[in-house]
Amino acid sequence: MTGSGIGARVRRKEDKRFITGRGNYTDDINRHGQTHAVFLRSPHAHARIVSVDTKAAMAAGAVAVLTGKDVADAGINGLPCGWLIHNKDGSPMKEPVHPVIAFDRVRHVGDIIAMVIAETKNKARDLAELVDVDYEVLPAAVNAVEALKPGAPQVHDDVEGNLCYDWHLGEREPVDAAFAQAAHVTKLDVYNNRLAPNAMEPRAAIGEYDRASDEHTLYTTSQNPHVIRLLMGAFVLGLPEHKLRVVAPDVGGGFGSKIFHYAEEAAVTWASKVVGRPVKWTSDRSEAFISDAQGRDHHTHAELALDKDGRFLAFRVSTVANMGAYLSTFSTSIPTYLYATLLAGLYATPAIYAEVKAAFTNTVPVDAYRGAGRPEACFIVESIVDKAAHETGRDPAELRKLNLIPASAMPYQTPVALQYDSGDFVKNIDDALKVIDYDGFPARREASKKKGMLRGIGLSSYIEACGIAPSAVAGALGARAGLYESGEVRVHPTGSVTVFTGSHSHGQGHETTFAQIVCERLGVAIENVEVVHGDTAKIPFGMGTYGSRSLAVGGVALHNSLEKVIAKGRKIAAHMMEAAETDVEFKDGSFRVAGTDKSLGFGEIALQAYVPHNFPHDELEPGLDETSFYDPKNFTYPNGCHICEVEIDPETGVTRIERFVAVDDFGNIINPMIVEGQVHGGIMQGIGQALCEDCIYDEAGQLLTGSYMDYCMPKADMVPFYEVGTNVVPCTHNALGVKGAGEAGTIGAAAAVINAIRQATGVEDIQMPATSQRVWQAINASAAKAAA
Amino acid sequence: MPTVSMTVNGRKMSGECEERTLLVNFLRENLGLTGTHVGCDTSQCGACCVHINGDSVKSCTMLALQAEGAEITTIEGVADGDNLHAIQEAFRDNHGLQCGFCTPGMIMSALDLLKHNANPSEAEIRHHLEGNLCRCTGYHNIVKSIQAAAAAMGGTP
Repeated sequence: MTGSGIGARVRRKEDKRFITGRGNYTDDINRHGQTHAVFLRSPHAHARIVSVDTKAAMAAGAVAVLTGKDVADAGINGLPCGWLIHNKDGSPMKEPVHPVIAFDRVRHVGDIIAMVIAETKNKARDLAELVDVDYEVLPAAVNAVEALKPGAPQVHDDVEGNLCYDWHLGEREPVDAAFAQAAHVTKLDVYNNRLAPNAMEPRAAIGEYDRASDEHTLYTTSQNPHVIRLLMGAFVLGLPEHKLRVVAPDVGGGFGSKIFHYAEEAAVTWASKVVGRPVKWTSDRSEAFISDAQGRDHHTHAELALDKDGRFLAFRVSTVANMGAYLSTFSTSIPTYLYATLLAGLYATPAIYAEVKAAFTNTVPVDAYRGAGRPEACFIVESIVDKAAHETGRDPAELRKLNLIPASAMPYQTPVALQYDSGDFVKNIDDALKVIDYDGFPARREASKKKGMLRGIGLSSYIEACGIAPSAVAGALGARAGLYESGEVRVHPTGSVTVFTGSHSHGQGHETTFAQIVCERLGVAIENVEVVHGDTAKIPFGMGTYGSRSLAVGGVALHNSLEKVIAKGRKIAAHMMEAAETDVEFKDGSFRVAGTDKSLGFGEIALQAYVPHNFPHDELEPGLDETSFYDPKNFTYPNGCHICEVEIDPETGVTRIERFVAVDDFGNIINPMIVEGQVHGGIMQGIGQALCEDCIYDEAGQLLTGSYMDYCMPKADMVPFYEVGTNVVPCTHNALGVKGAGEAGTIGAAAAVINAIRQATGVEDIQMPATSQRVWQAINASAAKAAA
Repeated sequence: MPTVSMTVNGRKMSGECEERTLLVNFLRENLGLTGTHVGCDTSQCGACCVHINGDSVKSCTMLALQAEGAEITTIEGVADGDNLHAIQEAFRDNHGLQCGFCTPGMIMSALDLLKHNANPSEAEIRHHLEGNLCRCTGYHNIVKSIQAAAAAMGGTP
């Protein structure tokens, strides 16, 4: 290994451009002759479009004003959904059309009415105000539970009762039988609050059409440009891949919200051909709040059955998930296969049954947001375990440890479809308890009490399914895509290396981590490795980055290509050194003939591959450029234990996070510095959900928290330094032994915070976000009840 | 359209813009200095922080015309050629950035803090960052970066 190989805390290669202001984000790109688009959006959650009059805008100088009628006349299809869910009875889910521009009806505030194109953004904004839209306002369905009740406003005429699907997982009878035998049943009702992902870079898109070559280019803020090319090209606009290039340059955070194929991408791509000039659109933040897919929004009732010793007998869960107005790209898979499959958590609960109803409402579409289904599952499991501990008079840590799946039981088949491959869950908890000094908590609580403060400590042990996914499994579950990844290693004649990966970095640091894998395996210096991503014209193919999959899938594809490079290099070396191939070893960047002093450097082999004067032409082709597509064998299962300690001022309800400890098992780690950074950011987002973030819609479907004035983003002074550590148990089924680290913090953190608040206040029913107002009310309601 | 002139990163620059043009848009679109970013429309995120006549200002809160004659430093003007400023080095050394979008604003804001308080406490740093949002780092390594920069710039850690 060189000093930059696997396990080294290498400073990031990409940082120099970012810290000097030379990043290249989509809005930084300007194309020659470009026009600017502004989308006129519905101010109503639900309305019939009586008429759209664009004459005044055109007369005032618009380059074009395109409406739903223009989209329909051009034969443009709706935006597709990538995952088909089947109902309990086997029938397919309801999939209403999601038009690129609304035609006869708008279904959420922010639904697109018209695309106004002008010479400048300001001009386009002015002209959008001249578009005259006559609406007939309709009653709106907002809350998912209410939307499923008889008489609720109908979001889509062809979706009776607003029910997208009624799905289930697990077997009901053994669960019901176990409940009948239970010594204790704990019940829980939770609303998992809706969140706005809020990557700091707002979405943007530039469409450009080249009349000479008949080629389209789309620059877009995407986590997966090839997926956009496929969805937009094949399903929406009817453009073949070889005439469509999608570039996702530097992307300023994604957190899931930039996975999906959005209407604006298709609109600018199409419009650039209509107007014959590039068309650029950049979202405002306020616009993002009503057009970026949002996350969570589950109403759940859960019941846990325990025997007299505290062992979990069975778990049953019933959830209503809000889909919003239309099905976003992966929306349907989130409350199903990315949620219910994780309801076993880390526990050996023998019987689990979950049912999920998904409802359409007149709100912004809901899809994957960091963790995507798994934070919702973890929150339910870890909340009900704590509640069961309180109800049965057990220590929450002890009740967890009593029920954990032991490391010796691996691989472990859960009752909800997954097979965990590895993990030492007891050690995670023990390590975390030690770091936070769990035994010292009563004394700290006493000290807080003396100050008139309440103190609480909360645990959350999580597991997630990452590295999605074995394509055959995903396909059997309804995925309309394969979920492999590609990685190409191009060794240049002088021995430097370019990696082309289908993974996409939007903050994760792939340009460094992936280069470290190359350094480790080929022995080349990190400055001689370049990692290229985010351009369909350069990368063989790619499924992109989400679900903590980059290293566990894309990294393994890269690894496999490196092995192919070494295998070919060995043949070349054997030929050059006149040795048997089996006698040639590759180590530390050199090919050696075992037991001799003969050796050749990797660079010499690379040169011979391209200047093949002494080359095994009978056996090999010249060149040294290898590509692999890796389809994972199983999901990976990062897991860990988070512990949060809070202090609450009962006079104000203000919660201060005093300590936050995380012990995570991500399998092998390539760059510990980057992994810690991923955990920090994830924890903050989990704390944000727990304490302050909330998308609140009023009864008319207006988003009341539609800007940073109203939507509370976590800030630096809300948290202390996090204390993070790892417990490495390598993944057993991929060559790197890696599990993925991107979402763990978000999955585990929220339950730890809320459990700490529950313990501090003695109030079980603390809903998220636990704002100071809510906490204060809970404390006072509880005090009033005790006094009565 | 009126013309506005200012000194940006030590160079005299001028351009024509509509009266309503925000300074941040003038910097990005007229001058091509795209390191200064726009992350919100309510002056909360701080991605557009620049220094104007020595003060840290969110460049979305003023019109370009109000900057007539001003001395402005943007993120592009922080390094001395290829030699990074200590705060830039600190952000890189401490993994103080992930996606990089908030980073220019963070660095400009942090420089302003260190100008007025060479040796800030952790609490002072966290309080100072009230006007700068980051969604990636959980602020942990940003605070570490600023502490490291303070030490490197002469304050004691």
